[in-house]
Amino acid sequence: MIRRAVEGLDDRLAAASFARRALRKAFPDHWAFMLGEIAMYCFIILVLTGTFLTFFYVASTEKVIYHGPYAPLRGHEMSAAYASVLRISYEVRAGLVMRQIHHWAAVVFIAAISAHILRVFFTGAFRRPREINWLIGLTLLLAGLGAGFTGYSLPDDLLSGTGVRIAYSVLLSIPVVGTWAAFLVFGGEFPTSDFIGRLFVLHIMLIPAIIAGALTAHLLLVWHQKHTQFAGPGRTEDTVSGSPLWPVYAMKSVGLGLMVAAVVALLGGLVQINAVWLYGPFMPSTVSSPAQPDWYLGWLEGALRIAPNWELHLFGHTIAEPFLPGVVLPGIVFTILGAWPFIERRITGDDRPHNLLDKPRDAPMRSGVGGAGLTFMVLLTVMGSNDVLSTFFNVPIETIDRLARILIVVLPPVVGYATFRVCRSLGRIDDHPAAAPLRVEIHRTATGGFEGEPERRPISPAALAHQAHHGDGADEESHDEERQPVHDPAEHQD
Amino acid sequence: MRGKERPVAVCFTLSLLSGLGLAVCYIAGGQPQLEGALLAVSLGGLGAGLILWAKRLLPNEEITEQREPPSSPEPERAALRTEIERGGETLGRRRLLTRLLAGAAGALGLALVFPIRSLGPSPGDTLFRTQWRAGSLALNATGQPLHRDDLEIDGVVTVFPQEHIGSADSQTIVVRVNPAMLALPPGRENWAPEGYVAYSKVCTHAGCPVGLYLAATHELRCPCHQSTFDVLTGATPTYGPAPRPLPQLPIEFDADGLLRARSDYHEPVGPGFWDRP
Repeated sequence: MIRRAVEGLDDRLAAASFARRALRKAFPDHWAFMLGEIAMYCFIILVLTGTFLTFFYVASTEKVIYHGPYAPLRGHEMSAAYASVLRISYEVRAGLVMRQIHHWAAVVFIAAISAHILRVFFTGAFRRPREINWLIGLTLLLAGLGAGFTGYSLPDDLLSGTGVRIAYSVLLSIPVVGTWAAFLVFGGEFPTSDFIGRLFVLHIMLIPAIIAGALTAHLLLVWHQKHTQFAGPGRTEDTVSGSPLWPVYAMKSVGLGLMVAAVVALLGGLVQINAVWLYGPFMPSTVSSPAQPDWYLGWLEGALRIAPNWELHLFGHTIAEPFLPGVVLPGIVFTILGAWPFIERRITGDDRPHNLLDKPRDAPMRSGVGGAGLTFMVLLTVMGSNDVLSTFFNVPIETIDRLARILIVVLPPVVGYATFRVCRSLGRIDDHPAAAPLRVEIHRTATGGFEGEPERRPISPAALAHQAHHGDGADEESHDEERQPVHDPAEHQD
Repeated sequence: MRGKERPVAVCFTLSLLSGLGLAVCYIAGGQPQLEGALLAVSLGGLGAGLILWAKRLLPNEEITEQREPPSSPEPERAALRTEIERGGETLGRRRLLTRLLAGAAGALGLALVFPIRSLGPSPGDTLFRTQWRAGSLALNATGQPLHRDDLEIDGVVTVFPQEHIGSADSQTIVVRVNPAMLALPPGRENWAPEGYVAYSKVCTHAGCPVGLYLAATHELRCPCHQSTFDVLTGATPTYGPAPRPLPQLPIEFDADGLLRARSDYHEPVGPGFWDRP
């Protein structure tokens, strides 16, 4: 039957040749290459669980009185949106587990995208010819952040409502157009009756469509340009080696997807996340403490917390305080990220295409910059919880903030420089044995013996591999025996 | 069953049983923890089985593909260039038409921008005023007026103008302090009857409700970004990212001893914006 289906398809599409080559496509195997796949599988999980949730969610700020089974809120006034989330959590069978899986998958989704971007950065996979895919990847990160924020805000609970209020204030702070922008986006002065409905449309239609489109383009480009891979014996810039798509890689990848789903299902079932019934419905004059956003917005929250309280007054106008940490800072971060392939090309002068990946130590400058940037972002993220740190360590929040303001200036350059030095000296260790190749002259004598004593010097396998590789211009470290193809003839008997 | 097959078989069996268990659990009424755990075993068993199958039972062959060069050969690029240029020339000859085309596309683009205007009302002066008027009765969240005897020293209550309970921009926090300790800016001598001071509860940083009162230091603190305001000196910021004091509401007690506003706030409440002087 499968045969008839395949032939029937080919009768119409003449796709046999393409499909055969596709099934034999080589997928390099390395755990670090799976991070993007984890993100992709999370997106599928998000679409499936999210679709289920839309059948019950009510995107309305209309006030209702709660009469459901959750006793502490019975008789309270709340938005229809919040009441519908209570219904999903308490009355819809499997509703709570779906909601929690959805939220956990979102948290893992952005974590996987971030880790994937770090992998691509530190291995130099963004270099020519893959700059376009780097930019598409950043688009996916931005869309993911947007999806996360809009989704987090939909329950209209006290915590998320406060987050939306902050977002409104950040929008309001933009010079010249801020007031109009805030009024157009929110439909008036915060809080409006429109904003939940608008967030919902963004969250379930516009942003997922952008993600689906960008993800498709991302995968098509990976397919077309073929994968990068780490250097090693037998690896060259002109070839790509790995498991064939069918059946080995397909099985492993689907297996990975199912494992990702299993992990978020386990988290969704056993680890409570965003228990909105504890926060209560959103009321503009009430607030909970401590208040933290989801982890991926922690850096923006941290920036808002430790930024100086500068407000500029110019010619009867105001550049409000949140503009610097809330708009300028993320603008700079994403501009640098987007421009990095071009900045690095300018610095190194290396405009050649690269299909073999760097190890981080091979590119000390890039790794140093990455280390500094990562330190900056992690520090800001930590400061997004400065109130929790203050309570936990029993240190005044003022002390923590003062320390953080010093560290945010001092630590990134220090970490960046240290990374640079460590990478450079690691690189030199690799260079050392191969840098002075062994030169020995030996003559065969007429009697069958040898003349000339070979210089006895221990040579490491790494050095040998390196020497073997020096010919094709790759200056990579190549001690990589575990990646040699292992062929066990006994396996074929199954 | 062969030794290498066994782990795979175990995984699939676990998955199968767990899937059945999930169905039973659902029919029996559902239980979130059990649903999550059973779903995890169903998915995980399947996933682990597939991975083990691929790793242990399939030939671990490595294939090598040749990469295509990153760019097309020069003759093809030249041919493409010619093709594009030829098309451009054909169009370029009709100067009038191409200009009209560009003009029409531009006008259409402009027309499509206008619906954006429908998304929200004009800001007008909404950010410059609140619902407080001279004589507005101050009510708490449940609609009760505030009597002069209601608060002890260091007592705190959130009030709204009557008929606007819950209003986001009018929310006002009333604190009672010892009048002798007050050091309000000049001109506000009559704004704090009997030690009652009323400040906008909307933080001047990012607009969160300034909901924490630190009685020991007479400070209001915003839990979002820890901006702190000194209640005794007119809510001047003493710490954190807030750049301005919380605006103070002029208040008085009427003949019945109930708290009323003497006017609206004298400046815009909440975070800064471009048109704020």
